[in-house]
Amino acid sequence: MIDQKTVQHIATLARLYVTESEAQEYSRQLSKILGYFEQISQVNTQGVEPLVTPTEIECFWREDVVQKELSAEEIVANAPEKTGHLFTVPPVV
Amino acid sequence: MDLNTATFKDISSAVKTKKISSLEVSQFFLKKIKGHDSKLNSYITINDKVEDEAREIDTRLSRGEDVGPLAGVPFGIKDMFCTKGLKTTAASRILENFIPPYDATVVARLKSAGITVLGKLNLDEFAMGSSNETSYFGPTKNPWNLECVPGGSSGGSAAAQAARLSAGTLGTDTGGSIRQPASFCGVVGVKPTYGRVSRYGIVSYASSLDQAGPMVSCVEDAALTLEVISGRDERDATTSNHNVPAFSANLKEDLRGVKIGLMKEYMTDGLDADVQKTLDLAIEAAKKQGAEIVEVSVPLTAQAVPMYYLIASSEASSNLARYDGIKYGYRTPSSSLAAMDLDQFYQKTRGEGFGKEVQRRIIIGTYCLSSGYYDAYYAKACQVRRLLSEQYTQAFKQCDVILSPVTTSPAFKIGGRISDPLAMYLNDIFTVATNLAGLPGMSVPYGRSSGGLPIGIQLTAAHFDEQKMLNVGYSLQQTSPEKWKVANV
Amino acid sequence: MSSTGNFRGYVAVIGLEIHAQLKTASKMFCGDSTEFEAGDNENTSPVSVGMPGTLPVVNAKAIEYSVKAGLALGCEIRKKSVFSRKNYFYPDLPKGYQISQYDEPLCEHGKVTFHLDGQNHSISITRAHMEEDAGKSIHHGEYTLINYNRSGMPLLEIVSGPDMRTPAEAAEYARTVRKILRYLDVCDGNLEEGSLRCDCNVSVRKSEQDEFGTKVEIKNVNSFRFVEKAIEFEIDRQIDAIERGEKILQETRLWDPDKNRTFAMRTKENAQDYRYFPEPDLLPVIITPEMIEKFRKDLPELPLDRAQRFMAENGLPEYDALVLTAEKEVADYFEATAKVAGNAKAASNWIMTELLRELNQAEKSIAQSPIKPQQLGQMVALIEKGTISGKIGKQVFQEMWQSGKNPEDIIKEKNLVQISDSSAIEKMIDEVLAANTQQVADYRGGRTKLFGFFVGAVMKASKGQANPDMVNKVLLEKLKG
Repeated sequence: MIDQKTVQHIATLARLYVTESEAQEYSRQLSKILGYFEQISQVNTQGVEPLVTPTEIECFWREDVVQKELSAEEIVANAPEKTGHLFTVPPVV
Repeated sequence: MDLNTATFKDISSAVKTKKISSLEVSQFFLKKIKGHDSKLNSYITINDKVEDEAREIDTRLSRGEDVGPLAGVPFGIKDMFCTKGLKTTAASRILENFIPPYDATVVARLKSAGITVLGKLNLDEFAMGSSNETSYFGPTKNPWNLECVPGGSSGGSAAAQAARLSAGTLGTDTGGSIRQPASFCGVVGVKPTYGRVSRYGIVSYASSLDQAGPMVSCVEDAALTLEVISGRDERDATTSNHNVPAFSANLKEDLRGVKIGLMKEYMTDGLDADVQKTLDLAIEAAKKQGAEIVEVSVPLTAQAVPMYYLIASSEASSNLARYDGIKYGYRTPSSSLAAMDLDQFYQKTRGEGFGKEVQRRIIIGTYCLSSGYYDAYYAKACQVRRLLSEQYTQAFKQCDVILSPVTTSPAFKIGGRISDPLAMYLNDIFTVATNLAGLPGMSVPYGRSSGGLPIGIQLTAAHFDEQKMLNVGYSLQQTSPEKWKVANV
Repeated sequence: MSSTGNFRGYVAVIGLEIHAQLKTASKMFCGDSTEFEAGDNENTSPVSVGMPGTLPVVNAKAIEYSVKAGLALGCEIRKKSVFSRKNYFYPDLPKGYQISQYDEPLCEHGKVTFHLDGQNHSISITRAHMEEDAGKSIHHGEYTLINYNRSGMPLLEIVSGPDMRTPAEAAEYARTVRKILRYLDVCDGNLEEGSLRCDCNVSVRKSEQDEFGTKVEIKNVNSFRFVEKAIEFEIDRQIDAIERGEKILQETRLWDPDKNRTFAMRTKENAQDYRYFPEPDLLPVIITPEMIEKFRKDLPELPLDRAQRFMAENGLPEYDALVLTAEKEVADYFEATAKVAGNAKAASNWIMTELLRELNQAEKSIAQSPIKPQQLGQMVALIEKGTISGKIGKQVFQEMWQSGKNPEDIIKEKNLVQISDSSAIEKMIDEVLAANTQQVADYRGGRTKLFGFFVGAVMKASKGQANPDMVNKVLLEKLKG
């Protein structure tokens, strides 16, 4: 059902490097898992609105107030590679 | 005072009245960790500033300040909670060296209530697992039998607590990650109603399912911790402003007038004999305390495992997209950045940074959200989720608290199920429905297998009805043969 | 180039997506400042750089501004709208997804009306939804640097129907939307700073054909003039391609303002699959009828309504009314000036001919004008009263522009008060006539064209201060003989 090609396509979408043998393994496992999950298709859900947040929660919004808690220095402190206070990445164009 | 069996109230009043210093309390646990944790591997990081934190509390007390209801109580924190200045890994290589510049709201609230932080506890990578075997830092062992898993994903919390390598711990529960390891290790674990406790600063696994809660030695400690961490947080739009009761002060063991529901679907023949025996004993005990036993039914719990994995994986695939080797965390090594193609950079970083189980769930989730499959998988699961939630609402018209097993069997052997992901997922059959419906749930230790492994009882209540659930737990605790058992390792 | 929408036998179909940055103090989902000028990554926080466990909380002001914009664009406001995640990987997108709205946007089914080439144009608004902006990439060849100051800025994306047929119509539509947003004071509309961005969707089809051609998206268009030019170029490019028998690719192209052309962005083999799903970290946005009523009451008069009022109340020609209402600040200036001047038409003329020209030359906005509306109004009133002539008025205006002084002070200092004393004027006229006896004789002999010569000579003698009406009147009588 989920062949290796599909696994590779999905892995690319998710930006994961998957070797051929891993793709094979995932293909086998995911076919089994999703095959089992297939059973929810039997539940009649016609006209049912999907549920995302499971609890009734009173909606609230923030006031438009500026809050400054950290310096740029602290923000970039964990960066694997940085230039001054900017994050460095491979060339994008 | 024996710190191995002291409640939070015992510890904080002793510290406040200077019978013992906060420093001495923290040092007691620190010494235990250093002496015994090599066998358990329950801690990923020990907080080398814990003694300073303890001294600070002593200083504040000597100045006459009100330090809070948890003054001097040392906590171990599951490594899913961001801790300011203290490495937070989610047990993943991709966050191996991440030092957050902020505290999770829950951690901040506990600190304001006076805790000290002993360190960060092991877990399944990104909380994805039921055995603690997917941790990048190696599996945690069950302190009652080192060949067995402690459960997961909060396995480090459960193991550390069972061996009293902390006075209290925090866990997170997305599909049973507090209740199942609590049951496997014989500690009390509470997953609050969705929206009761802030998720801010807790590494996200599945946003609509995640909740944080205490994993502790007794129901009183659980109730007190819950009191401290509950309530609306301006940083989490999904927190409720529902009133937070004085859970610990309200505890009562008398169950007269309380209706306990036994769920038809969970009373199966497939239960392990020791689990069944424990369940029967608990039901008898509840009756003796005055509870009325009724049968309830939530038929769609049969679909809970597929629903849970479809929704959790979908949300996770998006929540884990931020780990890209740019702002923090692991980045694939390269001799020259210029020579790297951007997509290759992403794929290598993420492919090397995430473990197998995490990648498996990201792929499942990405697939379920992708064009052409969304309606059949993600949207469908969310629709069934609403129907499940409505069935629970009906069930709670007939009872106050549902009593059930936590798992079909006690803790299994390390390596026993890890090779078969689907079999591992089916472990969660009794716990995931609670998260899908956003209900509060807990595990209370009540029995032991013939092999000497703890067995817990699961209690579930209606939204924001934690008090009733805690009361039943408190009542069961009085008759539990497992009350205050500490594992010696 | 066509103003009728016929391009070499083809029809162009144009739709615009306008991204308007809302003028809030803090970002869409966290308290970072939205100030444009800031040090690298200085306007960021754990939320806006996507640190683990951080969560979005909606800015109430962004909702208010979006609802107001929706109302002003004639949209229906959804009672319940939903934030969704748009998932894709790009270094400027710190969470790996953008929080946006997808199948349940805040505003839908609106309409924008404007005048162009003497005609009314009405363009439909398909939807307007809230979303967060991404950060900024700074390219260095060997590597790219990322600044997240812009990450999480609140945006309203306004999507038009495919209703436009000419580049000029598209540009005018965009100007109109900008004008409305600025009137509401919800967006400063600064295209250069990127607080208003325009993506153009363009396709062409044979005039006799019904179905639309393949749509091409043009990004990076940062002025209305470029909107027009980019669409013009794109229409030509597509027609050329079709004429050559080529197929139009569905693609995104960028506008290159230096070369006056669009060029294709690097295309990916894998088509994007954004995997939209409802944002589980946020609850749906609920807008009550009470909130809508409150926001509606707060709405200012919109440009077209204001122009119509200027025409009806002040008798301004349509052209003047449209120019004066193009910017809210100009319209406010006009109204303040007219109130003091007592003659709206005269106030309008001074603003249209003198003030806007000076501002334009000095590259100043009306807010930076050295002449305040109060002052200009006083000056017009002085002309109305006859204290100074219109000609002297121009001199006073220049003085005001240079010094910022009040007109009365300038008139006093420079002694510019108009001479309306008839005996003084008679005396000057007598002197002029005496000095030009030949011309007087010629005039009386029938060369009446010489009248202007005498007026000029008298005005010169009075240093321009003589009341021209009186000069005319007295001259006429004296010349009769």
